[in-house]
Amino acid sequence: MLKLSKYVLYDILRNKVVLAYTAFLLVVSMSLFQMEENSSKAVLSLLNIVLIVVPLVSMVFSTIHWYNSYEFIELMLTQPVSRKKVLLSEFAGIGSSLMTAFLIGVGLPVVVYNFNATGIALIVVGCLLTLVFTAIAFLASIKSKDKARGIGAALLLWFYFALIFDGLLLLVLFSFSDYPLEKIILALSSFNPIDLGRIYLMLQMDVSALMGYTGAVYKDFFGSSAGLLYTLGIMLAWIIVPLLFAVRSFNKKDL
Amino acid sequence: MKQLLTIVFLFGFQALFARTITVGPKETFTTVRSAIEAAATGDTVLVKRGIYKESNIILTKSIFLIGEEGAVLDGEDKHEILTVSGEAILIKGLTFQNSGYSSMNDYASLKLIDARYILVENNIFKHAYFSIHVANVTSSVIQNNSIAGYTKTEQTSGNGIHLWKCDDMLVKNNDIQGHRDGIYFEFVTNSVIEKNNSHNNIRYGLHFMFSNNDGYIENTFKDNGAGVAVMYSHHVLMHSNHFEHNWGSSAYGILLKEINDAQIYNNTFDENTIGILMESTNRINLVSNTFQSNGWALRIQASCSDNTVVSNSFFANTFDVATNGSLSLNLFAKNYWDKYEGYDLNRDGVGDIAYHPVSMYSMVIEQNPNAVILMRSFMVTLLDKAEKAIPSLTPENMVDESPVMKMIKR
Repeated sequence: MLKLSKYVLYDILRNKVVLAYTAFLLVVSMSLFQMEENSSKAVLSLLNIVLIVVPLVSMVFSTIHWYNSYEFIELMLTQPVSRKKVLLSEFAGIGSSLMTAFLIGVGLPVVVYNFNATGIALIVVGCLLTLVFTAIAFLASIKSKDKARGIGAALLLWFYFALIFDGLLLLVLFSFSDYPLEKIILALSSFNPIDLGRIYLMLQMDVSALMGYTGAVYKDFFGSSAGLLYTLGIMLAWIIVPLLFAVRSFNKKDL
Repeated sequence: MKQLLTIVFLFGFQALFARTITVGPKETFTTVRSAIEAAATGDTVLVKRGIYKESNIILTKSIFLIGEEGAVLDGEDKHEILTVSGEAILIKGLTFQNSGYSSMNDYASLKLIDARYILVENNIFKHAYFSIHVANVTSSVIQNNSIAGYTKTEQTSGNGIHLWKCDDMLVKNNDIQGHRDGIYFEFVTNSVIEKNNSHNNIRYGLHFMFSNNDGYIENTFKDNGAGVAVMYSHHVLMHSNHFEHNWGSSAYGILLKEINDAQIYNNTFDENTIGILMESTNRINLVSNTFQSNGWALRIQASCSDNTVVSNSFFANTFDVATNGSLSLNLFAKNYWDKYEGYDLNRDGVGDIAYHPVSMYSMVIEQNPNAVILMRSFMVTLLDKAEKAIPSLTPENMVDESPVMKMIKR
């Protein structure tokens, strides 16, 4: 399995997209830290990058890579290795390369300029989001028949998580504004890893004072170690569950 | 200033016939109380180094009570320390500590009551319930004192400098911390609060009610539980103050409630949850203030009218202006907004298109506080942009028709 992952890694390194992604992240984070005299504000701007760009790139790149290495995967499957192993090593290869890109591009500047609890939280959330969206991309590409559909599905899913979900949340908030919604919204936000990461990070920063009573409720929860474990647990679930579905469907799939 | 001149003149007149009575462990008088009893009008009571535990000392004579360094009056956590009544009295250089707590009486380290022409300066107040409690006093000065309370709860702490029913007072250059309210004004008229530093108080840095024709100038209010509250007053002048880091879920730089005809200019508001919260205010001029890195720079409730917001600088605030209704009877003009995206074709320094300082999202939060959970979401940014292009929800007439392009330098 390790050997397979190694081949995947070599392959990814050769096609230079990940290198460009790394460079992009590095340039953006460095320039943000250079421009803002207050480094915690730069982290706030980085938050937007982490929440939008990281999921998008993870998804699109994973999907395209999956289809591009389809022949390689087919070849591997003629060998005496299980489908599960092939899939998981593909995931490990792509996930680790994207995560490395993120760690160099965003992690390094954060460690240099703003190494504190918020910085660490940002790095952790970024890594988790990378893995989550790689896993979702795998599920999407295995479920769809051809490349165009796969990429379309990946983009739609990203669109859903980054944008549509929040719109629906707002709709729920307004339709049920007469009811106490704090706990429900908390539960609902677990259905979107981007939201969960955003809320968790925001409460690590100092903006929770702006959030009034609702903010206090969340701060109570996310500020505690239970909140940390909850966030980590849900994020891990968001990695494992799509992967499980992907493995199941890949096992049954007629290649 | 004029209070000080009057007081100094009175003191000088008294001093012509004066003698000095020294109090100290090794002097003729070992207690402050006995020295005060022996003193006549215009005398000086000089307190030498030492700790004096004399329960409540009452001073009604026109004398100078001066402490040397290390002269400490101790209330043993039970008593009011010094009660002053009368006129032309100087209290200087003393250290007051451990005043008593009572839920019935406002025990203070130093209480001034029914007095005039009093000068309280260069004293140190430590571990006090109320530090300086002033009631029914006119033409007096409280300056250069260092004041620290014992920072308990809001119910069991008193105020730093508490003024009630006073006239023509000057509170200047004091450093106040750890009290419930740093400076408290109620029914105080024609008075000035100047160059004080009020910080780390439990509730307000300055609490100001029913006090008309007063000014506060060049003060710093920092890290107070709820900032500064100015309520039910008219003709108040506030300028060149700093409101810094009053941060918390119910904190603000200043709360203005039912304030009429006030002048607010050249103040800076840094990192407050809400820079200024205005409720039912009329005819306030808000000019040349700087709002930086606040959660909300201004919250103007719909109950405010005829206020003018001119030549202020707004930058790096999460929300510039918020309101709770669709009606706005206030004027915005010539402010600098860092979020302004317009252009200036004729290069006269004034933007050619109007700026709407109320963002869509701030209206959404106003109607539905739970929506704060979406803060910094991509969707919210899109909504704001859409609203900027075609305003529908935000109040139409809350608009700056002439936003300036460059930050206003003061």
